[in-house]
Amino acid sequence: MAGPGPSGPATLEAREWGWRYATRRAWAVREATFRIEAGERVLLLGPSGSGKSTLLQGLAGVLGGADEGEQLGAVHVDGRPAAAARGRTGLVLQDPDSQTILARVGDDVAFGCENLGIPRGEIWLRVRAALDAVGLDVALDRATSALSGGQKQRLALAGVMAMRPGALLLDEPTANLDPDGVSEVRDAVARVLDATGATLVVIEHRIGAWLPLVDRVIVLGEGGGVVADGTPAAVLEERGAELAAAGVWVPGIRAAYPPPPVAAPGPALVTGDALVVGRGRAAAGPLDLEIRAGEVLGVVGANGAGKSTLGLTVAGLLPAVGGTVAAAPQLAAGAAVAGSRWRRARRGLANRADPAAWTSAALLTRIGAVLQEPEHQILRTTVRDELEVGPRALGLAESEVTARVDDLLARLRLDRLAAANPYTLSGGEKRRLTVAAVLAARPRVVVLDEPTFGQDARTWAELVAIIAALRDGVDDRGPLAVAAITHDEAVLDALSARRFELRAAAAPAGSGGVRR
Amino acid sequence: MSAPARSAPQDPPAGRGVASLNPVAKLAAALLIALPLVVTIDPVSAGVALVLELPLLLASGVGWRRFWLRTLPLWLAAPAAAVTIALYGQQSGDVLFSWALATVSEGSLGLGLAAALRVLAIGLPAVVLFITVDPTDLADGLAQILRLPARFVVGGLAGMRMLGLLAEDWRSLGLARRARGVADSGRLRRAAGMAFALFVLAIRRGSSLATAMESRAFGAPSPRTWARASRLGAGDVGLMAAGLAISLIALAASVSVGAFHPVFGPA
Repeated sequence: MAGPGPSGPATLEAREWGWRYATRRAWAVREATFRIEAGERVLLLGPSGSGKSTLLQGLAGVLGGADEGEQLGAVHVDGRPAAAARGRTGLVLQDPDSQTILARVGDDVAFGCENLGIPRGEIWLRVRAALDAVGLDVALDRATSALSGGQKQRLALAGVMAMRPGALLLDEPTANLDPDGVSEVRDAVARVLDATGATLVVIEHRIGAWLPLVDRVIVLGEGGGVVADGTPAAVLEERGAELAAAGVWVPGIRAAYPPPPVAAPGPALVTGDALVVGRGRAAAGPLDLEIRAGEVLGVVGANGAGKSTLGLTVAGLLPAVGGTVAAAPQLAAGAAVAGSRWRRARRGLANRADPAAWTSAALLTRIGAVLQEPEHQILRTTVRDELEVGPRALGLAESEVTARVDDLLARLRLDRLAAANPYTLSGGEKRRLTVAAVLAARPRVVVLDEPTFGQDARTWAELVAIIAALRDGVDDRGPLAVAAITHDEAVLDALSARRFELRAAAAPAGSGGVRR
Repeated sequence: MSAPARSAPQDPPAGRGVASLNPVAKLAAALLIALPLVVTIDPVSAGVALVLELPLLLASGVGWRRFWLRTLPLWLAAPAAAVTIALYGQQSGDVLFSWALATVSEGSLGLGLAAALRVLAIGLPAVVLFITVDPTDLADGLAQILRLPARFVVGGLAGMRMLGLLAEDWRSLGLARRARGVADSGRLRRAAGMAFALFVLAIRRGSSLATAMESRAFGAPSPRTWARASRLGAGDVGLMAAGLAISLIALAASVSVGAFHPVFGPA
């Protein structure tokens, strides 16, 4: 509620609190009990599935009423039920795209104030103060869609700050950001806390950046009960190994690296020559690159440099804007091309070795691509059907389809989920599924876009191990060629990748990176 | 430290002439011009209206290039309507030309001309008034001036922003299908599958947007304030009055010369 409520830092309390979503049978959180004093800065940890996000949304009072789910116990903000304390807490979520509400920066920051019924003159003072606090120095009428991921997260933070909340609740605010974005947002939060003294609760897997900021760590167990609570040093010393095993990036405990490559890199399977990539107009290039068997090519570069576009182009999904992409003869042999010679010539795909000229089925057994967003790639309603898509498109015999799918289900630990709907899987499971679905067709080249995005330490290590296995060969046909687009330096180290740094095209291809 | 580039946000967006007026006034003016003109089909009322609209079009604050580009469909539709009605419309007077079903008479020629003028007289001001409308300003006006429910207006505005993301989603869905070997045939079936996937994504995006909005106190029981004032000023009233005047003068001229021809009246 608006009005002259309490101001200053807020106290947060959960008493035997539990929540079960109306659509789920299991409880998301059970028996969570803790009290966070005004002005405390808390890091909330726990394995995935421990209900951290649900707990934070409960504290923010946005879980909804009885038709949304069932509640046990109580969550209080300043001694009042959290749902009645709207505006006393400010929630920032993980995905920068789904938190931008309006089209212009100033309007977006003003949105919360409007809802609280703040007078107009006061709103704009608060908007300016909030943008200054998070260090977002752009015009008020700047389009929100033109901001980078880190800027969008700071915009969301400013929108929350303008409401002058007593507590900041941050749910993995930096999981989708590149390293620069992470420090941008972390510094903005630090500035805001120093200025307001607000209470902080933050959930994050990569805790290294946040540890200097917090003075208390609460660890939830499987099922939501509090299993550890204390100063960062004490909790990490006592439970560091256990937390690392549960997926938390504990400083000083390195995630397991796979063994180094078994063989020296083989021949180049896909070659880009003076390649210019883009959608319609140039985003990056000209550049020369080789994707070699038995080696991981790590494509790195700032947001908006055109990494994803390069990935789509070498994977034969987008035509090159300039220069050539060519598959080596042993890869291109027998590949059917799509469309008539005249149509291909018109689209600039006259060369039969260009993967973009191939049919979809020809691409399938040669170059596999795992896109950034798993949900764009889900085609069927069960995990097993999803894995059968590729083999069936190839017209394989029923026994062969079953054999390949069973093998993949076991190898990527998806067998337990064979009958599950892909949309209901966790982030790490979805990522494994999309990799498995591509492998089912046995391509010789695999292109992966941000394979470890938003993963916790445990799923990260699993994915890295899978990529290392691809590089060294998953069947009797020898090593595969892998290209991985990533922000994550550790992935490249773990895979002994050859780095390929991408810089944005000299021609202005847009103002700053909009894409993550 | 404030950025020097920050403009005063309370002011309406910068624009020239009519472009800077309130979207609600533009909406009302376009309706005032259109509604009386659809009652009659005669060349006089449409012609008079078109002449009277000239100052409005000149003051629209839309560049020439943009004007011709956006009104191009109208310039194509108007003669097309004229030709169709001249050939197949209600006949009267001397028959000038006849071939199979097509007959051109003095009456149908007149009706054709009237239809062409009408398309332009209603369409040109509507297009010119609407292309300068900013969705956020329109939402402000709808909620503050017309008192439409804030939940509805602001919800719709936030939802519209999702359209851009969904267009991007659609492209990625198509690329993912090519990567999975199912893009060579069955275009219709594939499009249906993609449409379903897009539907699921839209619901997901919608529900996380709703969470983000709720966490910023959207739907709080207390009355909402508006960061940007939306009022009707003298210019806005003038625009609406001009719209009303255009249609009244056009109708009066048509009645006085005896050309008035109500759509639902006797032929």
